[in-house]
Amino acid sequence: MDHLDRLEADSIDIFREAVAESERPVLLYSIGKDSSVLLHLARKAFHPSKPPFPLLHVDTTWKFREMIEFRDRTAAELGLELIVHRNPECVALGINPFDHGSARHTDMWKTQGLRQALDEHRFDLAFGGARRDEEASRAKERVFSFRTAQHRWDPKNQRPELWRLYNTRVAPGESIRVFPLSNWTELDVWRYVEREGIPVVPLYFAAWRPVVDRDGLLIMVDDDRMPLTESPRHELVRFRTLGCYPLTGAVRSEARTVPEIVEEMRAATTSERQGRLIDHDQSGSMERKKREGYF
Amino acid sequence: MELLRFITCGSVDDGKSTLIGRLLYESKLLYADHLAALEADSRRVGTRGGELDFALLVDGLAAEREQGITIDVAYRFFATEARRFIVADTPGHEQYTRNMVTGASTADAAVILLDARKGVLSQTRRHARIVSLLGIRHVALAVNKLDLLGYSRESFEKVCFEFTEFAADLGFAEITCVPMSATEGVNVVGHSELTPWYDGKTLLQWLETVVVDTEENGPSRFLVQWVNRPDATFRGFSGRVLRGTLRRGDEVRVLPGERTSTVDRIVTMDGDLLEAPTGSSVTVVLTDDVDASRGDVLAFAADPAGVADAFQAHLVWLNENGLLPGRQYLAKIGARTVGFTATKALQLNEIGVDSVHFDTPVPFESYRTNATSARSWCSTG
Ligand SMILES: Nc1nc2c(ncn2[C@@H]2O[C@H](COP(=O)(O)OP(=O)(O)OP(=O)(O)O)[C@@H](O)[C@H]2O)c(=O)[nH]1
Ligand SMILES: [Mg+2]
Repeated sequence: MDHLDRLEADSIDIFREAVAESERPVLLYSIGKDSSVLLHLARKAFHPSKPPFPLLHVDTTWKFREMIEFRDRTAAELGLELIVHRNPECVALGINPFDHGSARHTDMWKTQGLRQALDEHRFDLAFGGARRDEEASRAKERVFSFRTAQHRWDPKNQRPELWRLYNTRVAPGESIRVFPLSNWTELDVWRYVEREGIPVVPLYFAAWRPVVDRDGLLIMVDDDRMPLTESPRHELVRFRTLGCYPLTGAVRSEARTVPEIVEEMRAATTSERQGRLIDHDQSGSMERKKREGYF
Repeated sequence: MELLRFITCGSVDDGKSTLIGRLLYESKLLYADHLAALEADSRRVGTRGGELDFALLVDGLAAEREQGITIDVAYRFFATEARRFIVADTPGHEQYTRNMVTGASTADAAVILLDARKGVLSQTRRHARIVSLLGIRHVALAVNKLDLLGYSRESFEKVCFEFTEFAADLGFAEITCVPMSATEGVNVVGHSELTPWYDGKTLLQWLETVVVDTEENGPSRFLVQWVNRPDATFRGFSGRVLRGTLRRGDEVRVLPGERTSTVDRIVTMDGDLLEAPTGSSVTVVLTDDVDASRGDVLAFAADPAGVADAFQAHLVWLNENGLLPGRQYLAKIGARTVGFTATKALQLNEIGVDSVHFDTPVPFESYRTNATSARSWCSTG
């Protein structure tokens, strides 16, 4: 078995352990490359059965349009149940990154939205596509990560996790987040996408797109809700990560295929989170958000 | 490219996190934005008077930065021309021993650090013992902070001797001692003029060449994790080959118990396989309708694993409330949770040998000879 075979086998193992030991699992589907790989692994883990859980997308109404199309097509093609949750309070107040700021936008749509959805459906276990190589507080997290009934992560008090034995015991209301891609790197993800021919959102590939400069990032103008004082210019860009379009920076790139992305990655001198406005707020902001229940 | 999983361990403040940070920095493996964040963080919360504090690359939790110590394991991923690495930087503080054990459980090699001024401390000994118990046989002893002793060869040799003597009965295949300063980057990646008397391997050279034990490919063992029944026509057992190679046509015994059957199909989403190697996650269909469920082990029938309900075992106790003799606890063994009792008391972070009784018989294999496969089905208290 080569490196990717082993990563795949470990992730499948994690999926099976989690499903066997939970009552109401769900897969947090955020439409990016990691989610695509996660879903592919979930299908492999339970084949010939379908993955025995629904997909949950916590929507913010500010995702790239191509992401939403991709999401709906993927769920329909695979015949999987898709739950889309939009925080009703945000809908009512029209929360958006321009008027309310990225921190409030992210907290209310994503953190609060996720908590609402998990509570409403009483999910006791949620799969996520986070990787330890993404960020310093992620690097500290267990594969099976315990959450209190208030959805809080207590990084100072994580459970021991030895070998491939996972402690799945929770009291009513408490839950577990499970990260089958914990030990994958960004490069592993792309190599696996290449090897398995996994579909990903076309935004990952370079194309001429309308962009403007915002806070040092190249922001793509995806619809007419974006307040503009200038007219967008067209540049050859792609995205390394996907999120809400006003908060996600594009990178200049000519990589139009997965092998070209892999090549580009090998030479990369900045991390993928470089392009995310919400992670820049300050060091430690991810940990704070996670403690509050952010995915 | 080969993968090496290793840990750094040793007593609190000996320089483990600094060493890993330094290693990443000197190997030019840091992204520009991470380096910029390190510079800013070093000025804000560093312990080096504003100079780069490499520990901040791994000590990512707010509480860790506040206290200047590591609380939980950080995993970092990097590669050189020679190898791919996953390092688990573990905490030295005694209170967080459970996190050190977590990091060590999946490692192939260990870097044990010492502060050259302090030598072998009780926590050094505890970590070394845990490393040995978990079946890690390759150890580098990093004798750190030699800058504070003028790179004295005598101090280095004295501490090496002290550790080697203590570790003699821990069953390590090798102990490679490296004189080091993590903050100054001495013998971390390249050799240094400051230690002209040392011509052994630098730490990175050791990591790139240390032997990764591969296991003999014994009789096959397959752990059933999930019974796969999409409809009335298909019934398979989804799980993992823990050891050996599972082949179509193999006769297997369902442990615990006497039932036997034959492997009819090895199913994956990419098509059926004729054989599945150690470590693969597959779904097995048997020729007849034998009953098997989550937690059972399908073992090569001609040479099955043992089954027992009483063991003499090493216990490492990781709970604040001590282990009480005779009290019922739950143990997770492979994919099954069983009740057990022990006969001796153990305090938090204490290591002991005791007889353990499970409330139901469980399949077992010796950890010593099968560390890799055993890693997925040994018990934890
Ligand atoms: N002079 C000197 N100081 C060092 C050296 N290595 C580490 N230090 C300092 O020792 C202190 C502790 O270093 P850490 O890397 O945090 O130690 P640690 O072993 O990771 O500590 P824990 O994880 O909390 O057990 C810091 O202030 C370091 O800057 C060294 O080689 N020389
Ligand atoms: Mg440390």
